Amino acid sequence: MTATPVISAPARSQAAPRPATRRRPRWYRVRRHLTGHAFLLGTVVCFAFFAWYPMVKEILMSFQRTRRGVTSWVGWDNYERIWNDPAFGPAWRNTLLFTGLALVLGYAVPFVIAVVLNEFRHAQGYLRVLVYLPVILPPAAGLLLFKYLYSPGPDGILNYLFSAVGLPQSQFVQSPSTTIVSLVIASTWLNMGGAVLIYLASLQGISGDLYEAAEIEGAGILRRVWHVTIPQTRLILSLMFLLQVVATMQFFIEPLILAGGNGVEDSATGLVYLMYQHAFKLADLNGAAALGVMLMLVLLVFSALYVWLSPKQED
Amino acid sequence: MSVRRYRKVAALALVASVGLTLAACSKSADQAGKVTITVDCPPLKTDNGGKSLEQWNKDVATFEAANSGITIKTISVGAQCDNPPDFTARLQGGTQADVFYGYMTDLQQVLDANAAEDLTPYIKDTIPNWDSILDNIKAPFIDGGKTYAIGYNGYTMGLVYNKTLFSQAGLDPNKPPATWQDVATSAKAIASKVPGVAGYSEYSAGNTGGWHFTASLFSRGSAPVSADGKKANVNTPEAKAVLENLKAMRFGDNSVGTKQLQTWPDLLTAAAAGKVGMYLGAPDSITAIVNTFKGKYSDWAMAPMPGDGGAAKGALGGGAGYFIKKGSTPDQIRAGLKWVAFEDLTPGSGQFNYVFQKSANLPVGLPQPLIWKPGSAAQKQDDDLKKANSTLNLADYSLYTGSPVKAVAEPANAQAIYAILDGPMGAVLTDPNANVDALLADAQAKIQKVLDDANKK
Repeated sequence: MTATPVISAPARSQAAPRPATRRRPRWYRVRRHLTGHAFLLGTVVCFAFFAWYPMVKEILMSFQRTRRGVTSWVGWDNYERIWNDPAFGPAWRNTLLFTGLALVLGYAVPFVIAVVLNEFRHAQGYLRVLVYLPVILPPAAGLLLFKYLYSPGPDGILNYLFSAVGLPQSQFVQSPSTTIVSLVIASTWLNMGGAVLIYLASLQGISGDLYEAAEIEGAGILRRVWHVTIPQTRLILSLMFLLQVVATMQFFIEPLILAGGNGVEDSATGLVYLMYQHAFKLADLNGAAALGVMLMLVLLVFSALYVWLSPKQED
Repeated sequence: MSVRRYRKVAALALVASVGLTLAACSKSADQAGKVTITVDCPPLKTDNGGKSLEQWNKDVATFEAANSGITIKTISVGAQCDNPPDFTARLQGGTQADVFYGYMTDLQQVLDANAAEDLTPYIKDTIPNWDSILDNIKAPFIDGGKTYAIGYNGYTMGLVYNKTLFSQAGLDPNKPPATWQDVATSAKAIASKVPGVAGYSEYSAGNTGGWHFTASLFSRGSAPVSADGKKANVNTPEAKAVLENLKAMRFGDNSVGTKQLQTWPDLLTAAAAGKVGMYLGAPDSITAIVNTFKGKYSDWAMAPMPGDGGAAKGALGGGAGYFIKKGSTPDQIRAGLKWVAFEDLTPGSGQFNYVFQKSANLPVGLPQPLIWKPGSAAQKQDDDLKKANSTLNLADYSLYTGSPVKAVAEPANAQAIYAILDGPMGAVLTDPNANVDALLADAQAKIQKVLDDANKK
């Protein structure tokens, strides 16, 4: 038996030196990759027209004022005006409150539902459809249903149920103290289907061996969730957290349909509704642009935070 | 075909298609002697089973036959003509029609957007009945002596009431309330005797609450802004009376229903369902109740605006007109004005075609639009045609038309002021502990900021 000859790769230092090549001219490189560039073109043009240009335009507009068809630079005037708008403070307060509550409800509830659904061995498909159904409903139609549910007075559906079980009646969106909670509940019901499906997909990607090992080690369901489920879905959880913050800070249709836009004494006014009000009800596009830039900066911080955190989680 | 050649052909095709697309999107130049104009806000397809739109199209054909060389293209923007935010969006995007509809309160934003042509030099030659139109219909569209739109629709607000509910509550439908005190008494009677009905209903959201707050102030001889437009004027006894009255009706008499934060469609939907005894509105709100919300004309009647202990001192007046888009050629401007004159300012034609309206079972006889000068030839002709074709019981409107209240125009920066006044309206209709003094002091400060900013110009 002869020994298998071992062919060893030459050490890097022993490799023949690569002949020095002249860098090709730019036009050659562009032509060589023309097809690739052409494929990229559609995306770049779309982003440029529909995302980057409007962003730049918004920033420019926030420092301008158009009157009688003449646009002039006004420095920080629009920001000052928006800052002094009486609805500015309530709009930030409501937005933060809505975002906070939406995180508690809209972030945790879908995850819990996904975990529970994942435990089902039968009828999971039907349950997924049931959970996802509200997403199919147009938001305006879904919110009109809540308008009936939230109808104040004894004829409202929820109030009727409340009285049947001896609970006090509520004014829902007609009372400043319950407006935001009511809006968040409606919003969560309408939107959680998508989040549940994403969580469920992520959960189903976790190897059964890990749960089996945890069970052998004597872990109960809560410990399994804490030590297996959450670490295994951390990337999705952090992504959904960011998306949730970005989406909920821009809530708009809920106050528009359920609370007439502003609610009682600005109890429903969110930042995006205030922006809409300035742009399209008060014909103050420059003020709306200033507010838009403020919101964009805040959301940029969250996005940067996510980008900063992501590699660590991949580690 | 080689790859290289294929790429060249593909690149040429791309450039050509982009070029052709851009060419197709750009405004086509009219041939000599021919002019094409786009006009927005025709009747909706759903109005009266499509009969109104059909008649509009017939009007277009008649007009084009009588004016060779002019082509009218109708642009439907759905119900958005009644939705101010959509109007603003179109205006800012420059996508409005060549002849575009706007409210009397829109002139400022149209001028700021540099969106309309000065029509002054063209009016005399194109609108035969111009001198018969009321000055208060023209004035809201004039700035610096220049006319930027042709007003064709005008209204003053009054008290709209449901005769059937009045009868059910034991009230005389021929003697509607004349004062705010009477309104409260009648509302209480209706709400207590007809279960599930609001005796009186009021807006408080989407700027409509502020609109009606202003109307109520006008009726009491006050206004939300000083005459020179520089000082806020809502921390007043009149404003306090408006809010205290509503609060007492909501939480004392329980006569205005529990559903608040209502906007225009909310209230009119409830009214069409027979759930509202009275509300403030113009005659065309009754048309909307019937056409859009499927109510019945026979239920409704109108009385003059209520006053404080006596006749009202003023009634909020408003209306709409047609602007012509900036950049239109002189021929397009003339064509647009001729169309407006034909469709909206000629007795017997377009909006005054009572023969068609009667044949289509539409109401004839509503006291609107109020645009003709009393005693003018156009007014006489219009009145005669209206009487000859009337389909309504004119007695239902005789109190409103027989005791006209002075029309008061909406203030400058109306929408910003209305947005602020929604707040106090919503508060007194939803919070039994609402502090009226504090609400008014707050609104006063907020309106003052709006005025200070507007007057910075």
